[in-house]
Parts: sequence; C-alpha cells; structure tokens
Amino acid sequence: MTELINSQAIEMSLEERVKEDRVHKSLYSDPEIFEQELDRIFNNTWVWVGHESEVPEVGSYKTATIGRQSVILSRDRKKELHVLVNRCKHRGATVCEGKKGKTRAFTCPYHGWGYALNGELRALPKPEEYEGVIDKKDYPLDKLRHETYNGMVFATFNDQIESLEDFLGGAKKWIDLFMKQGGGYPVKVLGDHRFRFPGNWKIQLENTTDAYHFPIIHKSFISSLDDQTSDIFDFLDGAGYVEDLGNGHSVMVMIPELVNLEDNLDEPIPERFEQLAEALRAEGHEEAEVRKLVRAAHGTGFNLNLYPNVACSMAFFRVLNPVSVGETEIHHVAIGGEGAPEAFNQKRMRLHEHFQGPMGFGTPDDAEAWERVQKGAQSGTDGWILLNRGQANLHTSKDGNVAGAVCSETGMRAAYQQWLRSMTADSKEA
Amino acid sequence: MTPNPTLFNAVAEFISYEADLLDHKEYQDWLSLWSDDGLYIVPIDQNTTDYASHLNFAYDDAEMRELRVKRFMGGESVSSNAMERTIRSVSRFRITATEGDLVEARCAMQLSEVRHDQTIHYSADLEYRLKRQGDSFVLHQKVVRLLNSNAYLRTVAFVF
Repeated sequence: MTELINSQAIEMSLEERVKEDRVHKSLYSDPEIFEQELDRIFNNTWVWVGHESEVPEVGSYKTATIGRQSVILSRDRKKELHVLVNRCKHRGATVCEGKKGKTRAFTCPYHGWGYALNGELRALPKPEEYEGVIDKKDYPLDKLRHETYNGMVFATFNDQIESLEDFLGGAKKWIDLFMKQGGGYPVKVLGDHRFRFPGNWKIQLENTTDAYHFPIIHKSFISSLDDQTSDIFDFLDGAGYVEDLGNGHSVMVMIPELVNLEDNLDEPIPERFEQLAEALRAEGHEEAEVRKLVRAAHGTGFNLNLYPNVACSMAFFRVLNPVSVGETEIHHVAIGGEGAPEAFNQKRMRLHEHFQGPMGFGTPDDAEAWERVQKGAQSGTDGWILLNRGQANLHTSKDGNVAGAVCSETGMRAAYQQWLRSMTADSKEA
Repeated sequence: MTPNPTLFNAVAEFISYEADLLDHKEYQDWLSLWSDDGLYIVPIDQNTTDYASHLNFAYDDAEMRELRVKRFMGGESVSSNAMERTIRSVSRFRITATEGDLVEARCAMQLSEVRHDQTIHYSADLEYRLKRQGDSFVLHQKVVRLLNSNAYLRTVAFVF
C-alpha cells in the first residue's frame, strides 16, 4: 500500500518523489514522511545500537535510540547481551538515564520497580497489593530482537524480518576488513563526539557516500595536513569506486591501498606516523608489529554505509539518530584496539579529534553545508535533489555489484531505492 | 593557602588579557602566550585529568593550535567564516596551587556567540597552569571544562 501524502500544496506519491536519478526535496522537510519513516524504517529494520566493547562486563550497559524510542543495551550475569525498551512497565518512566556505565539492576526512580540486567521484573514495593493482581514474570521490560556481526550489535522491533547476516549481505566482507584497524587487537570503542545539526537525517546518510564534497568543503582540513597525507586525500581522480552492496548498503573506496590494512606492510612509514613508530619501538615492539600497528592507525581507505543509521567510516563509526524532520544527532565513535599499546590508541584519538566533532577540522564544515541543504529544502514548493552523478559510467564489480567512480552517487541511489522499498512495503499490521 | 593579592591580581590580569585577545580574534598574540610544550584541552569527560588517554573535543599542542588559528582565519572553512563574534567574561578567580614558578588557577567563564542570528551561550570552568616569566606568565596548560560537554554541541569555530 502506498499512501498519498499531502505536502506543501502538492500531492505526489512516494514513487513519484523517489526516482532513480533524483529525489524530491520534501523527503527532507515533510513531517508526515518523517513520521512514516520512524514506523516503516526505524521500527522495521535492523538498527545499530552499539559495539560489544561498549558493554564489556557483567552489568555494563549503554543507552541508544531507535527512532524516538530509548533502548538499553545490557550484559547480564551470564554475559549475554539484551536490548531492552527503556520504559518501566508500571507508569512508563525511563529506568535508565545514563549514557553508559555499570549497574546491578535498572530501578525505576518513581515507584521503585526493579528490573534485572536481562529485563526481568525482580522487585516491586508493597508486593502484597499485587497478590492475585499481577505476576512479576509477566512484566519484564520489553525486549528487542538483536543480533551481532563482528562486534556490531543491531536490534529490531520486527521479529519477522530476515536475519542480520542476510540483511548485511555484501556488506559483511567490508565490516571484516574495517575491523582490521584494531591492529591485531579486537576493536574497542574509545569514546564519541556527539553533534547535532538542524537538518534531515538522510542528508547525513548521503554524506558518508559522497566523495565529491571532500576536496571542496574540507579544503581547510586538507590544508592542515602534511603534503604526503594531503596527497592521499586527493582521491577524486584515483582508482577508487563506489559499489552498491544491496539492501541500501554501499561502500565508497577512496584509497584503494588502504582497503586491506594487512597488505603492503613493507611500505615506508609515512611522516605523520613516525612519532608513533618511534614510541612503539621504544616500548620494545618488534618491527613487524610496529608496521602492523602503524598501518592500522591510518584507518581504512573506505566508507561503508550501512542503511539506515550507521557507517564504518574510514577510522570510526558514524551513527545517526533522527530527532525530527529537521533535526539530527550524530555520534562519531572513536575506535582503537582492546589491549593495544597506549601510544597506538592515543594516536587514534588525536587523529579523530583532528577531523571529528564540534571542534574538529572536518565535521563543522559538513554541518554548515547540511544546514544549508535543509534551508534550501524548505524554500518553495518544488525542487529536486540530484542523484545522477556517474550514472552513465557504471560497471560491474568483482563481486557482481553495480559500481561507479569514486565520486559517483551510486551509494545514494542504493540508499534511496531501499528507502522507497521500505516505505512502500506492506507493513505487518498496517 | 595564604592570601597573596599581588599574585591574585597578576593571574586575574593575565587571564582577562587572554580572554580579551580571544574575543577580538587577536590570535597571533594569543599563540605567543604559550610555552612550546603547552596544551589547550577541551575534554568531553567532566572529571578526567588524564586527557591524553581520553577522547577530547580538542587536545592541541603547539602545532594544532597554530593549525586551528589558521583554519579560523584562512577563509577556507565555511563554518569558520560563519563565526561572527564572541563576548566572554571571566570571574571567580582562585589560585589553587603554587610550586616554584608554577601557578595553578581556575575561574568561571561565560561566553556568548552569535551564529546564524542565534545567540548561543556556553559556561565553563577554566583551569590554568601558568609559569612565571618576568612580571607576567607563560601558558602551560589551559583546560576548558564545559558545563554541557556531555550534551550535543554544534560547531565551535573559536577558541574557548
């Protein structure tokens, strides 16, 4: 069933708004479309909720958002993960307000209902008044289906959809490559930058598969790099490519030499990593280990865009949370290696700070552009967002996927076609 | 600690001078206040003192400070070009430690910025480590503890 939506004095079906080569700007600005997205996409797709390293021990938890719903990712006493709706079964108050931490239980502050780490209701004050009324075992926190791939934890409110691995499909190989940047150690979250911009979430979704913008909007970042590194970031005329991985996912390879971080370990150590190499040698690491860690410290040469809310973006996870049709929160999650040398993890954090976050040399300029896209989307009644770059220059990748040049809009086309499929699919219980 | 009005006044004067330089974008003079190994740090974690082992908003050594100033003033950064003015006040000074020619002090800062016609307000604790030099100081470390560092921030295209 496809609903017609009244919007800005025009009536267009979703199919009319999403063409292969362009989408209507109302996708950024129509509040009714946004409400539908929360239901049809965020409540019915695999959504990233965290990385296993964020909840390492019994009692560890972190909160996340799926659409407007707050959820808790927790690790119980058997070390199993749970994704719980953050809402007490009594009055509906949130039972957890921290970003992350450790706890023995989730206790509602209002009337003291206490839930175990696996969501089971364990305690409630004045139980005699509930005798013959309710049974505690019938009132656990609502649980979401969740599955993990290579440390990445996803959850969904829909029990019927395909398995996570089927959903990720062609993206799995790229996730495996991305995780090599632990330098031989398991990837570990080191912290995150939280950033907010006044614009629609899909503007950020597109950005992660948009190489075209890099040399323009990020000119000041490139100017702040040494010559050797700025040459690496001069990738628009290089051999990179964008590949449609199915289900809205795509990969944009900007620096082909950095696809597999275990390759080319014999190459000279770049100038900006000399200090790190020296520090590692001083700690007594063998040269092979030094080279492996230095290579991993670069981060990968690709952005893997996972529909709808997370990306494995060169050296970090980019997570987006839609707040309203014109407001989006972003987390740029820094990663390093669990148990890796401190010098390695510190270098990773310093590189992250250089580009990311509200004081980084990259993110603020992106956000400035996104804000303007949103302003443009709100002016006038008609207008299109073009997605046609590189459309006449496609090829078939080694894996048999549609692929285009590094600066092509192949990844955006993939995401919007998936968007249309999710938005127009018959919903479970319509 | 025994009150030392002379030291107090010298510290307050130095910090006020720095605030004035920053509001008036006299960045070259600001850069010259620093020692070569000085660090300008804006942590995310409200309580940490081990900044190097944590992710920060900014962890600037001399090179990064210069690059940051260059980015603000160079004209290539669209978000920096959108920065208009800041007005800040510093107050509630307190000398927290002295050792040899090193002085540690903290104060409160209130800063307003106009960005895209909106006034944005920041409050922060500033922590300074200063080294005496003649009748003034050299900046060794400045830590900006934002009141809302755990919240979702937007672009900061100036020095706190």
